[in-house]
Amino acid sequence: MRVVVARSIDAALAALASATEASRILAGGTDLCVEFESGRTRPDLVVEVGRVAELRFVRETQAGLEIGAGSTCADLLRSAPVARGADLLALAAREVGAVQIQNRATLGGNLVTASPAADLVPALFALGARVRLASLAGRRELLVEEFVTGYRATARRPDELVESVVIPPRPAGEHRAFHKVGTRRAQSISKVVVALALGPRGAGARIAAGSVAERTLRLATLEAALARGLARERLAQAVAHAVALDTRPRDDVRSTARYRRAVLERVLVRVLGPWLEPEGNAA
Amino acid sequence: MERYIGRDLARPDGPAKVEGRAVYVADLDVPGAWVGGVVRSTVARGLLLGLDFDPGFDWRTVAVATAADVPGENVVALIADDQPLLVAREIEHWGEPLALVAAPDELQLARALAAVRPRIEARAACFDLERSPRVFKSIRVAQGDAGAVFRDVPPGARVVEGTYRTDSQEQLYVETQGFVAFPPASDGSVTVRGSLQCPHYVQKALARALGIAPEEARVVQLATGGGFGGKEDYPSVLACHAALLARVARRPVRLILGRHEDLAVTPKRHPARVRVRAAFAADGTGLALEADVLFDGGAYTTLSPVVLSRGVLHASGPYRWPAAEIRGSVVATNHVPYGAFRGFGAPQTCLAIERLMDRAARELGIHPFELRLRNALRPGDTTVTGQRLEHSVGSLEVLEAIARRTGFDRHAWGAPHAESGPRRRGLGFSFFFHGAGFTGSGEELLRGRVSLALLPDGRVEVLAGSTEIGQGTQALFTAIAAEALGADAADVVLATPDTARVPDSGPTVASRTCMVVGGVLAAAAAELRQRVGDGAASWRERARAFLAGGGDGAVTRAYAPPPGARWDEHSYRGDAYPVYGWAADVAEVFVDEDTGEVDVARLWTAVDVGRALQPRLVTGQIEGGALQAVGWAHREVVSARDGRCEQDRLATCIVPTTLDAPRFDVTLVEVPYPGGPFGAKGVGELPMDGGAPAVLSAIEDATGIHPAQVPATPERILDLLVARAEEAHA
Amino acid sequence: MKPIFDESDPVELRLCVNGAVRTLCVPPLRRLLDVLREDLRLTGTKEGCGEGECGACTVLIDGQAVLACLTAACSAEGSEVVTIEGPGFERARREFLEHGAAQCGICTPGMIVMTRAWAEACRRDGIEPTEDGARAALAGNLCRCTGYGAIVAAAVSTAREGFP
Ligand SMILES: Cc1cc2nc3c(=O)[nH]c(=O)nc-3n(C[C@H](O)[C@H](O)[C@H](O)COP(=O)(O)OP(=O)(O)OC[C@H]3O[C@@H](n4cnc5c(N)ncnc54)[C@H](O)[C@@H]3O)c2cc1C
Ligand code: FES
Ligand code: FES
Repeated sequence: MRVVVARSIDAALAALASATEASRILAGGTDLCVEFESGRTRPDLVVEVGRVAELRFVRETQAGLEIGAGSTCADLLRSAPVARGADLLALAAREVGAVQIQNRATLGGNLVTASPAADLVPALFALGARVRLASLAGRRELLVEEFVTGYRATARRPDELVESVVIPPRPAGEHRAFHKVGTRRAQSISKVVVALALGPRGAGARIAAGSVAERTLRLATLEAALARGLARERLAQAVAHAVALDTRPRDDVRSTARYRRAVLERVLVRVLGPWLEPEGNAA
Repeated sequence: MERYIGRDLARPDGPAKVEGRAVYVADLDVPGAWVGGVVRSTVARGLLLGLDFDPGFDWRTVAVATAADVPGENVVALIADDQPLLVAREIEHWGEPLALVAAPDELQLARALAAVRPRIEARAACFDLERSPRVFKSIRVAQGDAGAVFRDVPPGARVVEGTYRTDSQEQLYVETQGFVAFPPASDGSVTVRGSLQCPHYVQKALARALGIAPEEARVVQLATGGGFGGKEDYPSVLACHAALLARVARRPVRLILGRHEDLAVTPKRHPARVRVRAAFAADGTGLALEADVLFDGGAYTTLSPVVLSRGVLHASGPYRWPAAEIRGSVVATNHVPYGAFRGFGAPQTCLAIERLMDRAARELGIHPFELRLRNALRPGDTTVTGQRLEHSVGSLEVLEAIARRTGFDRHAWGAPHAESGPRRRGLGFSFFFHGAGFTGSGEELLRGRVSLALLPDGRVEVLAGSTEIGQGTQALFTAIAAEALGADAADVVLATPDTARVPDSGPTVASRTCMVVGGVLAAAAAELRQRVGDGAASWRERARAFLAGGGDGAVTRAYAPPPGARWDEHSYRGDAYPVYGWAADVAEVFVDEDTGEVDVARLWTAVDVGRALQPRLVTGQIEGGALQAVGWAHREVVSARDGRCEQDRLATCIVPTTLDAPRFDVTLVEVPYPGGPFGAKGVGELPMDGGAPAVLSAIEDATGIHPAQVPATPERILDLLVARAEEAHA
Repeated sequence: MKPIFDESDPVELRLCVNGAVRTLCVPPLRRLLDVLREDLRLTGTKEGCGEGECGACTVLIDGQAVLACLTAACSAEGSEVVTIEGPGFERARREFLEHGAAQCGICTPGMIVMTRAWAEACRRDGIEPTEDGARAALAGNLCRCTGYGAIVAAAVSTAREGFP
């Protein structure tokens, strides 16, 4: 096994050129070191990027808010631009682990681990984030839903580094909400996590949920219903329909499929209800 | 005028702990030590046909021990001697030790462990306590003719019944279990150092397993990072394993469990199913009680008979029952053996009786506080074993204190809620007692001893086998000794629990350290004080003069049972415990009806401690125990699949954090116990009993559902809420 | 607990630990926890889980509270590490003793290190130390003995130093 400590993006990309499926990037280590501990991961190459300053930034650009993959949850919590443009990310970061974890856990690590229970990922889904990848072969950009492809699986090639994510500018009048139901009030993995954005009259809804399928997903059926102008009275039914259709929750050591389905429905009704118009007023 | 009693003394163990200097087993520097590991069964029941050793591994680089290498008897000596140290043929639970390996370092150890391949023939296993083919122990407590009352219910009386279940619970001491064992000395004697509660239990187990005399086994306690009962019986297993490895490896061996292994194989709280029914007169007076207590003991006897005993003896709750019949059994399954955990059987039955009292209050239309008050045991009353309560019966005092502090007696418990929205507030109540010290004649049989030795400089060394596991033994013993000697706290030194030096004071369990061992210590100190004599000079001056004059500065005292105590082990009649601690809890919860999540915001508790020798310590015990109870009530899930613990990581084994813990409000009530040192009685376990029923009662107040299982997880609460909504709909 | 992960070739590691510069030769992915406890024999930092859940291994790296069990040696290279054995914990230690916040003591070093990190953050950012603030700051440190009340009170008293 080889370990390379990179202090710049170029150095990291150079080291990654020889990476295989078994190689790993070490950022905050809060996922990777746990995998080492359990013996689940035995990489051939580890590229340490924990102190690549170029990966740790928040920038307001033409395309929106660009956040470096090396930004920690603590960085997200302290950033005024994030609070303005990507409030869902800050709300999610607050729910990650506890202070020591937040000091280390990075946005890039959360995204690349792609755990179905990840808290930052649904926030990125609801924000319509794009993921910027770099390798010696060049750069590319993917929509976050295209990036997360399955259970702990992403579209990243072994030689690629996630550089940043870009959050499009916030549309006027967009409602946003984040809700996590975990095993306890801190240091807790989500049983159900919801992040959503909803434009006026249900337009452009992005409703993301975690821990209800093998990967984070969007509730397309519900989004479509909202876009058609859903009345408040019909919300519960539409939510139940969408949850039945779009999610695939399972029983595991943290909760049951039945609970996850029921709670996802109730949380969605609770969060969306006040924003919908009663029958008659709806378009 | 008392100098040390009722005033907080600085903890002698405090400075080392806050500076990171305290030495726990993992901190011990043992040059040349190898690391030990255990090959474990991967089935819950089966036959071990053999152990294959991968020929590709160089076995000369490690040391291996199997059942054939046990020099003494292949048993973990405790109550029944049915548990082998290493499986010879029959496998009874997942993770059962099959072989031991020691290696120079972790890497080599891991390779060696992976190179041992047990050949196992799996057998059908039993995991359902209600279908167990084997009973470890049954107990019956009876008074009057309860059957007659239920057969022929008096006019106007009402029968209330319920079945309550409690799941297991993990102690979760933050320091995992571990030992360092040293190879046998030239005279055959063996030394182990480790994390433990009961040095003399370990000593006996080592002697049996190694075939040596108890005096040849030396057990030394290191700083111990929590126990809560979890380090009562299991250290005997681990110490024997470590000692065996040190013997075959001929060098010191460190055997420290990783967290996963500790969670997977060490004993936890007994799961239970308790059926109760009670008959009440229309005014709420209890007429008769019947309880059927069933505990899952797991694969071996371990401490189960005594756990069951305490469970059965607390099934009545702190109430008067003119007629009662309580039957209990602990049965065998193929779960990892269950063992001691704070409360020791009582929390399970306390939950059942307290839930039943809430249900009865609802059905009788009597306020739950009023119902408890009406039936509370008072001084002069007799318990279901026929024990007449004479001393230190603080039942009414704690009820009065909790009412004063919370106003629960005026709270409209269970009334429909006016508020709307998913977040519901509720208050819940519990009233409970806990026998202090060993059950029945336990203390008399044990006769725990304490010695004092006058040192040449006039200081007094306390030699006791009681361990400091965080509860404050050292501060407590210093205060008791200094007070009883009439000396300064600085004149008292405490010997490390080391079986080579300290007498057997009995195990550090059963809320007995302060009351029983502390009492023996006070008596020994009083005797030494009498020998040395009082005077104007300082203690050290007088003590030195006494020694110079040829005085004998060594005192040993043993426990003397209170005069008139009687107990019949066969009929379970008589004085079940020397005395009881009494307490009442009120919990405030907020239940989210959308998610079933419960936030326990506050917990008030009023506790009769006899006398608070060290108020800060006893408050710390109460708060710590109460949080364990609250965690068990609704959050701490422990389950097994095919006999294997599912929560074998801290990421899945959930206990409360600072944000989950309620704010505590502790009221200490003091009704002195003449049989204890300066009026104190044991309360280490008491706070574990009442938290769960109080929280479930509060959930009922908030939502109208009647949770009947602990933990009342969000999943379970939501199921009950959905069922209720469907009922209302139908 | 301890991952078998010391297979890569040792490299030179320079750390400033509790004010003293230390140079060691260790595998780059060796846990900082093992570097401290075994290589430097600083055993005040405890291991309760090895997977980031208990906080017993909390240390300060460049002033930030992090978990030594999830920190690879190479990630700490060149950093300033402060453990419970280091200077600057006097006030927190005193408060922990006075409040009876240490029982078995195994969580105590991590609690005290975290308390200091929180107290310094309060001072730096001018945030009034409150009980709620202390609870949020200490939520990653498990204690099974105390019920947390005494610990939270000790942390608040510690952080109040310098506040009116
Ligand atoms: C105690 C504890 C509690 C936790 N609680 C939560 C929680 O509440 N919510 C939650 O969502 N998560 C939680 N986590 C998981 C974890 O903290 C997060 O997923 C975190 O964001 C991971 O970031 P990291 O920098 O530590 O990743 P690392 O462990 O360094 O890396 C994780 C993975 O991402 C890859 N990677 C990292 N950075 C890059 C990059 N720039 N480009 C390409 N690949 C990269 C690595 O190769 C690795 O496979 C918790 C973890 C622990 C230990
Ligand atoms: S040992 Fe590091 S968090 Fe538990
Ligand atoms: S004092 Fe024992 S775990 Fe905190």
